[in-house]
Amino acid sequence: MSPHKNEKVHPYIPNSAPETKVKMLEEIGVKSIDELYADIPESLRFKRELNLPEPLSSEYALKRHIEKILSKNQTCKENTSFLGGGCWQHYVPAICDEINQRSEFLTAYAGEPYEDHGRFQALFEYQSLMAELLDMDVVNVPTYDWCQAASTSIRMAVRITGCNRVLISDTVSPERVSAIKNYCEPIVTVQIVNHNPKTGLMDLEDLESKMSSGTACIYFENPSYLGFIESQGQSISDIAHENGALSVVGVDPTSLGVIIPPSNYGADITCGDIQGLGMHMNYGGGLAGFIATRDEKEFVMEFPSRLFGITKTAVEGEYGFGDVAYERTSFAGREEGKEFVGTAAALWGITAGVYLALMGPEGMQELGKTIMQKSQYAMKKLSEIEGVKAPFFDSPHFKEFTVDFNGTGMTIKDINKFLLDDRIFGGKDLSTEFPELENCALYCVTEMHTKEDMDHLVQAVKTCITQRGQHS
Amino acid sequence: MNPRIHFHQAKWDEPIVFELSTKGERGILIGKVEKEIEELVGDGISVLPENMIRKNPPALPEISQMRVLKHYLRLSQQCLGADFNVDIGQGTCTMKYSPKVNEGLSRSGKVCELHPLQDESTVQGALEIMYRLGTFLEEISGMDTFTFQPGGGSSAILAMASIIRAFNDCNGNSKKDEIITTIFSHPSDAAAAAVKGYKVITLYPNEDGFVEVEALEKAVSNRTAGLLITNPEDTGIFNPLIAEFTKIVHDHGGLCGYDQANANGILGITRSREAGFDLCFFNLHKTFSAPHGCGGPAVGALGVKKELVHYLPVPIVGYDGEKYSLNYELPKTVGKVRGFYGVFPAILKAYAWIMSLGGEGLKEAANVAVLNNNYILKKVKEIRGASAPYAEGRHRIEQVRYSWDELTRETGVTTEDVTCRMADFGFHLWSSHHPWVVPQPFTIEPTESYSKEEIDEYIAGLKRVVEEAYTNPEKVKNAPYNSVVHKIDHSTLDDPEKWAITWRSYVKKYKISP
Repeated sequence: MSPHKNEKVHPYIPNSAPETKVKMLEEIGVKSIDELYADIPESLRFKRELNLPEPLSSEYALKRHIEKILSKNQTCKENTSFLGGGCWQHYVPAICDEINQRSEFLTAYAGEPYEDHGRFQALFEYQSLMAELLDMDVVNVPTYDWCQAASTSIRMAVRITGCNRVLISDTVSPERVSAIKNYCEPIVTVQIVNHNPKTGLMDLEDLESKMSSGTACIYFENPSYLGFIESQGQSISDIAHENGALSVVGVDPTSLGVIIPPSNYGADITCGDIQGLGMHMNYGGGLAGFIATRDEKEFVMEFPSRLFGITKTAVEGEYGFGDVAYERTSFAGREEGKEFVGTAAALWGITAGVYLALMGPEGMQELGKTIMQKSQYAMKKLSEIEGVKAPFFDSPHFKEFTVDFNGTGMTIKDINKFLLDDRIFGGKDLSTEFPELENCALYCVTEMHTKEDMDHLVQAVKTCITQRGQHS
Repeated sequence: MNPRIHFHQAKWDEPIVFELSTKGERGILIGKVEKEIEELVGDGISVLPENMIRKNPPALPEISQMRVLKHYLRLSQQCLGADFNVDIGQGTCTMKYSPKVNEGLSRSGKVCELHPLQDESTVQGALEIMYRLGTFLEEISGMDTFTFQPGGGSSAILAMASIIRAFNDCNGNSKKDEIITTIFSHPSDAAAAAVKGYKVITLYPNEDGFVEVEALEKAVSNRTAGLLITNPEDTGIFNPLIAEFTKIVHDHGGLCGYDQANANGILGITRSREAGFDLCFFNLHKTFSAPHGCGGPAVGALGVKKELVHYLPVPIVGYDGEKYSLNYELPKTVGKVRGFYGVFPAILKAYAWIMSLGGEGLKEAANVAVLNNNYILKKVKEIRGASAPYAEGRHRIEQVRYSWDELTRETGVTTEDVTCRMADFGFHLWSSHHPWVVPQPFTIEPTESYSKEEIDEYIAGLKRVVEEAYTNPEKVKNAPYNSVVHKIDHSTLDDPEKWAITWRSYVKKYKISP
């Protein structure tokens, strides 16, 4: 017997063992596996072998190979990062990782509410915990991310009102606007509402002039993509409602311990991203979107997502769970269903539930307060540097803020290059996204940043400007 | 072989998380800001306009750390992931093994502590993995360029429909307003096309289980924007006429998008390019082994031929021989379909899976998935009351849509009843996507991951339930008994007065004292 007899038996493929194969082929009544492909015409058969790298058959070799590639990455842990703009560095409690790497949750999928009772309960609880944070009665099983949550919220508003024109604030993330426009095209027309150049807040006159009886909704974000807080939420919602339109608001859930939720200033639909609630950034892979509404039939029936509800079972006192109004989904109705539903980001929903259960009311308050304090400290200290102004807009901010470097005579690109050499990831360059913000950057400060981190940034910016002065 | 007749799933009778709250308990602390910061900026909150300050904290539960941990660990034990059961009863979903070594690698700080807006020079490793996986999928499909941006299969279908629309608009074909699909393609092939404003035409199979050329010819016209189709379809039947289909659609100026969410039976056997497709996508959480995570996070990796590269969502990953970069210069791009570049941990796991198997290993995975499936087909057809509609006497690719129609007619036991009773033996069995063209359907897809012995155990479970159905149908109809919970009352879930989608809503509607 050859020592390499089982060379082709792969540990992930039990029935590649030759004896088993023979037994199974006999049972089926064919001589070779190839016979099983009889339905695939010869003309469509792939004639050569796949040209892929030689396999790394030992687990050790595989690890070595991948770790070597990954070692080329420089992380936000090894450096000090001030990047935000749609993905944020927050502290991830150890228990969040402990739970979402459990085989039971990690490898479950679409089981029934019997054998997957835990999945249903964990996601029902996620919906319920978010509902408290948002002060709304209905929250969905997560969708892909904020782009999708905003897009779907807008399409829901279109169906609820029967109107196909929507208004969007021009301070929404350009990436999100791009996704929304693609998702709306060609059914829904998107029109942009301007902001006040001094405060960043929505220009209410512009809003009123663009609002009409054909408007389905106004969509804005709070805090905005540029970090300032939109304090006219109630006025915006009122203008929408007076015109028969809905108020749809995107919100950063990490702000809701200290800032009122959109439902408290008239929002009919609230959406956003839960990445900040216990998910690592994962190069953008930690995103997951939420949508929330009041518990009214006309809203609930327009959700495309799964909505898990609590119910009873045949045994007195036992909780059961199931899909609420399943018939509205594309699983039930294909193109007659509401938009579409599929695999999105459920594991991150379970994790956000763990996060909120750990944080509790006080934790969320402390988180919000700490972020407010630290970001204000960073703005104050940066503004003390000659030629630097933070924030650009004259409004209170949360977590993120614009830093205007115009007075330094340097570009953001040059500044960030200098900072990178000092192991600092400077803020996102806004020059191309917002013409008025040329040489401005979007900085993000969370509970993760220490005074030392921020002082380091300030010192590095000072040095950068001084050196530039010496060279010019 | 017998099923596990003494099985009982974990049942903790665990309360809802809000019921665990004790005033004053804390699960985690944030830590105070430094004194100097507080001295400089004060409480941080008073800069807010009075009307924006939240006066009442959110009514979240107050629970100590270990109790939170215990709660979620108990809930986790009340799930049957692929790591626990013989997870072959969830057809169309490719519940294969997700190797632990790959999961471990994805949890490295070098992966999870990356911000998507970092300077490209600091993420060369991440970009290299994305680029290389792109080249692998190009080889596997014959497409020219891939993006990983779509967050799942349905998102990839939406992206395909968006590209088809943008392509037609750019070529002055805005009147093309119909998408053709088949009833055994995924529901989202129809639904996501409708989101993009398309009228959907759905074709039905003949008795051999595939749509005939005549049916397509009747449906196709100069209004045809494109074809979105799965092959093999949910029945596991491969439509041998597929190259004719794509030719006919092309002849009418349409594009052809291949839903390869599940391509597990045909890796290295047949490709998208040779069948004439312009676009295709693979679910990395199905065929390429990334775990399903209770339903995501996930990736629908979307590939196109070079004629369509300019329409892809931005950015795509480029490589100049020295450096990897993100390329936003796609003049006709449909824009974004998801934030940033996709779920990187899933991309990494798919890359690692392919690297562990190589080309030959991928083909072996497909071969064994097909071997397993046809073995099960043989065994299920021997079970009284079960049948495999369509394509009598022929082999199937990676899955089969079966029917309990005869069982239901003879015993009154339905597919739903069988799924409930299977849970009592530690198995999951899924009915199937709607509409139920196959009456009382169930779909089994074994993948390559389960041993013959495990498969035999599953078959023994099915046999046992059927035996009960013929001897004591009430036993099956009142199941489950040994699962986590008992027969669920679904009546409240469709009634707006009674449904409760959150705990606060339940407390209000059912007047529970908090």
